[in-house]
Amino acid sequence: MRVLIQGGRVVDPSRNLDDRLEVLIENGRVLDLVPPGGEGDFGQGAEIIRAEGLVVTPGLIDMHVHLREPGHEYKETITSGAAAAAAGGFTGVVAMPNTQPVNDNRSVTDFILAQAEKAGLARVYPVSAMTMGLAGEALCEYGEQAEAGAVAVSDDGNPVSDGQIFRRVLEYLKAFGLPALCHSEDLRLSAHGVMNEGRVSCRLGLAGIPAAAEQGGVFRDVMLAELTGARVHLCHISTAGSVEIVRRAKARGIDVTAETAPHYFTLTEEAVVGYRTEAKMNPPLRTQADLEAVRQGLSDGTLDAVATDHAPHSVLEKEIEFDQAAFGVVGLETALPLTLALVRDKVLTLSQAIAALSTHPARILNLPGGTLAPGSVADVTLIDLDRKWTVEADKFRSLSRNTPFEGWKVQGRAAMTLLAGRPVAL
Amino acid sequence: MEFRHKDLLGLEELTAEEIEYILDQAEGFREISERPIKKVPTLRGKTVVLFFYEPSTRTRTSFDVAAKRLSADTFSLAGSTSSIVKGETLADTARNLEAMKPDAIILRHSSSGAPHLLAGLVRSSVINAGDGTHEHPTQGLLDMLTMRQIKGRLEGLKVAIIGDIAHSRVARSNMIGLGKMGAEVRVSGPPTMLPIGLEEAYEARVFLRPEEAIEGADVVMMLRVQMERAKAPLFPGLREYSRLYGLNAKRLNLAAPDAIVMHPGPMNRGVEISPEVADGPRSVILDQVTNGVAVRMALLYILIGGEREA
Repeated sequence: MRVLIQGGRVVDPSRNLDDRLEVLIENGRVLDLVPPGGEGDFGQGAEIIRAEGLVVTPGLIDMHVHLREPGHEYKETITSGAAAAAAGGFTGVVAMPNTQPVNDNRSVTDFILAQAEKAGLARVYPVSAMTMGLAGEALCEYGEQAEAGAVAVSDDGNPVSDGQIFRRVLEYLKAFGLPALCHSEDLRLSAHGVMNEGRVSCRLGLAGIPAAAEQGGVFRDVMLAELTGARVHLCHISTAGSVEIVRRAKARGIDVTAETAPHYFTLTEEAVVGYRTEAKMNPPLRTQADLEAVRQGLSDGTLDAVATDHAPHSVLEKEIEFDQAAFGVVGLETALPLTLALVRDKVLTLSQAIAALSTHPARILNLPGGTLAPGSVADVTLIDLDRKWTVEADKFRSLSRNTPFEGWKVQGRAAMTLLAGRPVAL
Repeated sequence: MEFRHKDLLGLEELTAEEIEYILDQAEGFREISERPIKKVPTLRGKTVVLFFYEPSTRTRTSFDVAAKRLSADTFSLAGSTSSIVKGETLADTARNLEAMKPDAIILRHSSSGAPHLLAGLVRSSVINAGDGTHEHPTQGLLDMLTMRQIKGRLEGLKVAIIGDIAHSRVARSNMIGLGKMGAEVRVSGPPTMLPIGLEEAYEARVFLRPEEAIEGADVVMMLRVQMERAKAPLFPGLREYSRLYGLNAKRLNLAAPDAIVMHPGPMNRGVEISPEVADGPRSVILDQVTNGVAVRMALLYILIGGEREA
C-alpha cells in the first residue's frame, strides 16, 4: 500500500529539514522525501493526501500520560486516551504505570498493549513501575517488562524516597537500557501542600508546596544519575531552580534528560485563585519567574521534551473542596496549540517545537518514529498552524474534562495523524 | 449604599466602603440585644441553615442568636448528624439543601475555599463562618467593630496580631480588613507560624520578636494556639511558647497606655494569654462576643433582608 503526502511543508527536526517536500510512504514506512512533482511514477495507485497549507511532521509523541486503564475506566480508557492523542496530533503516548492494578508485571503490560492494538488509534508505550505496587520497596522484573514492551520505568507520583533503594533501581536498570522517568520530589517537604507556596497560597489559605521540594528531588536524582551512570529522565520540570540544576548537570556531562508540560510555560499560580481545582496539579503551577525560566530552558535545550502529564479526573475528584481534589489536568488535546504559541512568541523555532514534541521523546525512549527519515515508521502528523479554535472540553475525545484552558482561544491544530501510513479515523 | 454581593465569602471581596457600611449597620443592631424583648420581625419567614462541618460552639451560637433575634427560622446541620459522614460530597449536600429553599447558608468548613464552591452551586446567600486556614470574615468584622467602637476609628490604628498566623483564618480576615480600612497591621509569632509570602500577600509588617510588634500598639490581638492544626512540629512546646510569645502584663506594658487586648476565643489561659491580662481592664474579649451577634444580624439583614427597613 502506497501513500503520498503532497503539497505540505515538511518539518523534520531529526534531519534539520524544513522544506516543501512530498512524502512517499510504502507499507507503513517512509520510502522517500522528494521535491514537489518529483515523485516519478510513485503516485500511480497511491492514496494521495493533500497537505497544502499544512506542516508535515514526524508523529507527535507524548512521553507522559495517564490512561487510567486498567482500574479507573470512568476517567479514561486506553481507547479514549488514544483517541484524545490522535485528536491532539499524537501518534504515540507513553503510559504511566499508576493504574489499578499497578503495571508492575508483564500481565499488565500485555493487557495495555492488547487494548491499544484493538483501539488502533495511537501507539501506546507502557511504562513499568519501578517498584512493586509503587511502594518504593521491592524492584519489579524490568527484564521481563522490557521483553513485553515496556519502554521505561517509573514510580511517577510516588517517587522512591529511600535513596539506597533508588540507587539500586538505577543500577539494576542499566542492564536493560531503559531510562528511569523521575517525578522528582521530596514528598516529606511537600507534605500536605496543594499548590505552590508563596503569596497566592498565603492569601488563599492553602498549604503550600515549596519549589525546594521539587528541586531537592531533582538534585538527588541528578546526583544518583551521576553516581550510577543510569539514564535518568526528569519529568515535568516546573521551577527555575530545577531548570538550573538540569542545565548544570548537562554541562557536567551527566546523562540526564528532562521534560516540562504546557501548563508550566503557559500558566502561573494565579490560575488557582477562586479555588479552581482544574488548575491543581503536581508539581503545582508556579510563578511568572518560573514560567519564564521553563521557557528559557526549552529554548536553550536544557529541557528536551514537552509532555502533557495528561491526568484525567472526573467531577468526582474535581468538583469538590480544593484541598481534597485530585492533582492533575488533561493535556493531550491542548498541548500542540500551547506549544505552538511558544513559536509565535519567538521562544522556540517550529523545528524546536516539533523536536520537543516528537524527535526528542523518541530518542530518549528509543521509540520508533520521531523522524521521517527513509525507512522509518510512517507515523506522521499534519498540522494547520493557522487554524484558530476555542478549547471546549465538551468536545474532547478524552473521557475527562479537567482542563484549565476551557474557553481559551488558541491557534494551531492537528489536521490529521497517520499511523504506519494510515490516516487515523476519529 | 447598595450592597451588591449575594454572599459573604471573605473580606477580600469587599471594598472599604462596604466594610464601613456593614459596621455602621451593626452599630444599629447592637441596640436590639440591649432591649428587654430582644426580637424584631425583620427576617420573619426567612430560613437560615447553620451548616457546620467543623465543630464550633461560639460561632454557631452567635449566628443562631443573630438569626433568631431577627425572627428567622434556623436549622443546624452538623458534621456528625448530616450526610457528610455517609460520604456525600459538599456539592451534593449543597444541592439537597438548596432544594429546601433556604435564604442563607452559614458554612463552617475545614477546607479553604469550601464556601466559594458552595456559593457557586446554590442561589441562597452563603456566609463564610470560617473556611480552613483562609478567612473568617464575620470574625474580622466583629473585631473591627470592636476596635472602632472603643478607639473611634480604624484608620491609622496600630494593631499587633500575635500567634499562629499561618493557620489562622482570623488573622487573615483581620489583615485584609484592617489593611483596607487603613490600619497599620503588625504580626509576630514563631517563624514556623509565619507563612511564606506573608509580606507580599498583605499590607502587614512581620516582626520576629513579639515585643517589637506590640510596642506602641493600640490593639493587641492574641491568637489561639491550635495544637490540633499543626501537622508538623511548629514549636517545642507550650512552656516555651508561653514564655516567648504569651501576652502577660509585662509585654502588654510595651503597648500604648490605652491599648486594648483582643482574642477570638476560645482562650488557652496561661498559654497565649495570662489570666490577669485576659480578665484585666484592657481586655475587650467579651465585647467582641457581643459585637459578634450585632455584626451577624447586620449581615443577615443586608444579605437576605430584602428592602431596607430596620
